[in-house]
Amino acid sequence: MSTVGQVAQKVRSKNAGPFWLTIDIFCGSDSAFRQIGNAVSTARVADLFQVAPDTVKRFDIADLHVIKFSMPRPVVQGDIRDRDMHGAGWAPLLSELAVN
Amino acid sequence: MTRILVPSGALGLGYDQDALDKGVAMQPDLIAIDGGSTDSGPSYLGRGVSKYTRASTKAEWAGLIRARATAGCPLVIGTAGTCGTDSTVDWLVDITREILAEEGLTATIATLKSEQDSVTDLRALPGAPHVTDEILQSCTHIVALAGAEQINAALQTGADIIIAGRTTDTAIIAALPLHNGDHAGAAWHGAKVGECGALCATNPQSGVILVDFDDSGFTITPLAEGAHATPHTVSAHMLYENSDPFILHEPGGHLDVTQARYRALDQTRVRVEGAKWVPADSYTVKLEGARVVGYQTIIMATIRDAHYVANIQDWCDDIAARHAAKVRDRLGDIAHTTELRIIGQNATLGALERTPVTPKEVGVLGIVTAADQDSARAIAMLLNPYLLHHPLTKGEEQPTFSFPFSPAETDRGPAYGFALHHVMELADPMDAFRLEVLA
Repeated sequence: MSTVGQVAQKVRSKNAGPFWLTIDIFCGSDSAFRQIGNAVSTARVADLFQVAPDTVKRFDIADLHVIKFSMPRPVVQGDIRDRDMHGAGWAPLLSELAVN
Repeated sequence: MTRILVPSGALGLGYDQDALDKGVAMQPDLIAIDGGSTDSGPSYLGRGVSKYTRASTKAEWAGLIRARATAGCPLVIGTAGTCGTDSTVDWLVDITREILAEEGLTATIATLKSEQDSVTDLRALPGAPHVTDEILQSCTHIVALAGAEQINAALQTGADIIIAGRTTDTAIIAALPLHNGDHAGAAWHGAKVGECGALCATNPQSGVILVDFDDSGFTITPLAEGAHATPHTVSAHMLYENSDPFILHEPGGHLDVTQARYRALDQTRVRVEGAKWVPADSYTVKLEGARVVGYQTIIMATIRDAHYVANIQDWCDDIAARHAAKVRDRLGDIAHTTELRIIGQNATLGALERTPVTPKEVGVLGIVTAADQDSARAIAMLLNPYLLHHPLTKGEEQPTFSFPFSPAETDRGPAYGFALHHVMELADPMDAFRLEVLA
């Protein structure tokens, strides 16, 4: 069994302003782009981060072999319940998702 | 044709002096740098202060003031002092005057201030929090994000150094090519690619890049030795900190890069054409606000006993229940939140964590938030005996855990929260901003 992190070149997550988070999967090749794109559905990502699926924006950018997910932060940046000021910790969580 | 030199993604991050010198020799029309971001959280806007030390800011700003004098072009900074409040604009003006005096240089300074006393007719953006008049009044600082129009007004004063409050990252770069009649889509697209400095190139830490704008597109040239821009690094930069990699909203319209084409000119430079600027029906500026949401005291223990590490969640749950009862007993009905985060287990992700492991040791970070500092400290002090000695089971000998500090409690002061993710419509772009040329 492989994970997103093993198949992709790089996965990063970051705030897109205080109210949104964005995660970029740099797949690195056409085959990795297809493999990850097929395995990682928007519904799986929504479940992983416990957000409503219809709030998740997905971009499959074939030219760059990039799959991008953006969603409203479940907890606003800097809220007293926020654990991750820059949204760095979401990338490793997505990296550990199985792709086959 | 407009040539803009961008020393780095933000003042305070450092830049490559050799590359900057090279850029100055290439006769830029403007040196533009961003001074801030919301990325470090609400405390900076809440307090109206910079996240970088005065010493670092002064050293880097002095280098840019010297570069400006040599190049004979204006220097503009947007979002001065991390948050772009009036206080951080004034702070950078003070630093600027000190530098000019020390270096024996003269320069006229213009300031563009973005802070708002009151805001009305707010329109919520997706994901915005609920706001009430009470919340708005409790904001310690509210700023509006200036766009190209306000930066252009500042450039047209003829000032040598422009210190702007909160501004969109892109506007400081897009303003001049727009004024010069270069391609509007290219002006905004080149600004977006350039705003993080060399982050759009193969050697992201090097900082300095040059962006050349004309009537059909723009060209990116990283200036550090060994730094290259490629169609991939440049196009991939639209992904960065952007919820939509093709659309970027700015005051007065949006940028659409769906049809953009990226072409390598040589090993180092990339040419980009095809972006579109789509004007909006109304002129809106985005707002940011922060307010005090409570006062915090934190306390931390580290747990090295394997039996306790293996049962750490139960231990924390038991402490939380006992502590809540103790707070009621000793302090009465006092509003507070107390959280125990287990470092080494799920402190980063909380309930989202799905691969629990048993580490050698864990940290337990107690975070108390209350209406005032004394209450927060008192509540944290009631946690102290539990984190030091609480046994997992009745009857076992009293255990002791590790504290890194004495006192164990640390006051964090006020905790701030972001309160706005809204836009405000303006009849005239300058309505919410104040431009001044300093004597």
